[in-house]
Amino acid sequence: MRDLARHRLFWPVLALVLLLAVNVAATPSFLQIRMQDGHLYGSLVDIARNGAPVLLVALGMTLVIATRGIDLSVGAIAAIAGAVACVHLAGSPAPASTGTAITAVTLALAVCVLLGLWNGFLVSVLGIQPIIATLVLMTAGRGLAMLVTGGQITTVNNSFFRGLGAGYLLTLPIAVLIAMAVFAVTALVTRRTALGMLVESVGVNPEASRLAGVRSRTILWTVYVFSAFCAGLAGLMIAANTSAADANNAGLWIELDAILAVVIGGTSLAGGRFSLAGTLVGALFIQTLSTTIPTIGIPAETNYLFKAVVVIAVCLLQSPKARAAVWRRRRDRSALVRAGRA
Amino acid sequence: MTHMSADAYPSSGTSPRGRTPVDPVVQMTGITIRFPGVTALDDVDFRLFPGEVHALLGENGAGKSTLIKALTGVYATDSGTIWVGGAEHAFTGPAAAQDAGVSTVYQEVNLCTNLSVAENMLLGREPRRLGRIDHRGMNRRASEVLGRLGLDISPRSRLGDHPIAVQQLVAIGRAVDIEARVLVLDEPTASLDSEEVAKLFEVVRSLRSQGVAILFVSHFLEQVFAISDRMTVLRNGRIVGEHLTRDVTRLELVEEMLGRELEVLERLHREPSRQPDERRTPVLRARGLGRKGSLAPTDLDVYDGEVIGIAGLLGSGRTELARLLFGADASDSGSVEVRGRRVALRSPRRAVDHKIGFSSENRRSEGVIGDLTVAENMMLGLQAARGWLRPVPPRTRDQLVIKHLEMLDIRPANPDALMRNLSGGNQQKVLLARWLIMQPDVLLLDEPTRGIDVGAKAQIQQVVDDLAYEGMGIVFISAELEEVLRLSDRLVVMRDRHKVDEIPNTGVTTDDLMAIIAREEESARA
Repeated sequence: MRDLARHRLFWPVLALVLLLAVNVAATPSFLQIRMQDGHLYGSLVDIARNGAPVLLVALGMTLVIATRGIDLSVGAIAAIAGAVACVHLAGSPAPASTGTAITAVTLALAVCVLLGLWNGFLVSVLGIQPIIATLVLMTAGRGLAMLVTGGQITTVNNSFFRGLGAGYLLTLPIAVLIAMAVFAVTALVTRRTALGMLVESVGVNPEASRLAGVRSRTILWTVYVFSAFCAGLAGLMIAANTSAADANNAGLWIELDAILAVVIGGTSLAGGRFSLAGTLVGALFIQTLSTTIPTIGIPAETNYLFKAVVVIAVCLLQSPKARAAVWRRRRDRSALVRAGRA
Repeated sequence: MTHMSADAYPSSGTSPRGRTPVDPVVQMTGITIRFPGVTALDDVDFRLFPGEVHALLGENGAGKSTLIKALTGVYATDSGTIWVGGAEHAFTGPAAAQDAGVSTVYQEVNLCTNLSVAENMLLGREPRRLGRIDHRGMNRRASEVLGRLGLDISPRSRLGDHPIAVQQLVAIGRAVDIEARVLVLDEPTASLDSEEVAKLFEVVRSLRSQGVAILFVSHFLEQVFAISDRMTVLRNGRIVGEHLTRDVTRLELVEEMLGRELEVLERLHREPSRQPDERRTPVLRARGLGRKGSLAPTDLDVYDGEVIGIAGLLGSGRTELARLLFGADASDSGSVEVRGRRVALRSPRRAVDHKIGFSSENRRSEGVIGDLTVAENMMLGLQAARGWLRPVPPRTRDQLVIKHLEMLDIRPANPDALMRNLSGGNQQKVLLARWLIMQPDVLLLDEPTRGIDVGAKAQIQQVVDDLAYEGMGIVFISAELEEVLRLSDRLVVMRDRHKVDEIPNTGVTTDDLMAIIAREEESARA
């Protein structure tokens, strides 16, 4: 039990389980999953499907944060990806064909890679602080997306494209399958190659890494490009789900959810050791929380406040220092009580 | 000058009370401070008198900054007492020390460059009128202090618009305004040129004549002799000497700072002092290699299978030379050849490609990756050289790690232990292993044995010796002359950012080396 409690995933998983328990108490049918028309349906499936974009963005964010950086531009990049894909589809001679959809997706992801290169350039070559460097694209990116869509909400009608966000394959939502595939590939690439170790080493001690011959510039560039790529995929899912590109609202505040997911998952904002499994749990937690708020009857206007309180509580729960402080308090109090009796 | 003559104080031994008209303003007795695994200060007695400039000397890790931090309330003492102005103090923090009249100016000026000079001087103590800051009164008071310092600048000007030297003087002004009885100057001249140093010294002398006790920490002997009345030398956390400046020679000081190593280490199997064969091409050759402000143009040849020992004090240019040879800093003059071919060492990575390795003297900040494991720390260099797409195969990796854990006797011999939990000596061995795994042709070792226990030290020396025997060229930098003499084939002596001598290690004694290090530079004097 002790060893279990010491595992780095213990607290995030415990928080998730507690949250699920609250839901079950409020809605007894919460855990039910039923089959309908060959698709799985249920609250858990919804959480997984709606959480897929956050998980994708959080995966990229995990690696960026491990290098002591942060990427605020992911929401804007998601909007750009959706805009590029939808505008290409809407403007093509065959807007409903699968081939056009594939071109649109490829084009959108290529644009995202370019944006990631831009972020990486600002951070690794010009040495601008990541929070400022990515703030540039966070604000300018929405404008770019507006430029692409011409200020309109661009709607498309393409079944392949729609499938990315709303479709099912082998009874499961395609969005979930894509997110899980990216998760698996990321885990494999970071831990089977040396990328994970080099990312951590740059995050823990940049100067020592430089003196050991690590090409930190390449590493930084790689993580920002990867983060933009993940954000692009998330943006495509969001656009596909509604078959529309909304430059203003697609992926709005997703960067904050992603950062929260990473932090709840146990990766420190100070860089270094990262945990992709932790991020997965964190993303699920955030999405479950968003689902829980209306279920348990929290009024919509206090929604963000409630979310903030829960997140702070989880972060404190994870901090050994905070736990020790609470523990000491209780011990002091019981000591006082004992002294009072004596 | 009206400052108290140093004659008045006994240089050591007897109590200052009774024999002199002045009592010390600071008296520290039996100060001991321990950190995990190391005793930073060991039963140190220290006195500071009003109206004197007292220099504190010692190499890295001697305990200078720990002593200052004990005096200024940054560190709590494990035992011992601190008296300031006749009252015993247990400072709870820098603010408490300041209230008792002890002010510190650190090497890095930590003031707000975007505020005015006056605002900086009176930050947190602004004169107020009706609850609002009285700017006119503030500027007036700052002007007075600036006048006392002989500094002709406007108190309204922005601090950031002035050169570092002036900023440093403003920091002193801030300290003086707090009615400081004791002023601690921690390496105040490190970033100043000679004119600026002269200006600083003028101010220091004027403060001395006003009765302020000044503790001056510097590793520039020249400056220490120019400004101080008395000096205290620390080594390995103990006081090894207290002198009147006019009674002591440079040589005595150098001897005290560097010390003599008493422990007898096992004999090395190699006969030192083989002469380099001039007909061979050196594996590494530097010509006129230099960097403004850190190293004067320097020549150096490193041949296969030889150890070059670099001796010199802290700040002599010994570390700077190694960093330039590794591309850790960019040189702005000279050239480097590797096996006769000219190379541009623009980054450490380039140097690694040319099979040059470098182990920094700052183990914690420039070597250790604390949150990674021992195995990862060992493999970092090789893995970085291969790139992330070509991971070292797990079997090769395990073999290399186990082999080096055993060879260097690293404890715990656990590849998965976190690096930050290892002792200094074991961390150093892991860092050494990082380079050995890469099999460089030249290895630059900057103070590889500093602050580690005797056993680890002997093992590292043995490894260095073996490596040279097997053909690696090694540049070995150490503040311990015995160690340099024991290991080296050739000796290079550095002083004041110049290479001042190069001699074969035949019959050279520590006394000879100390004499060279302490010799006054005629050109610098002129």
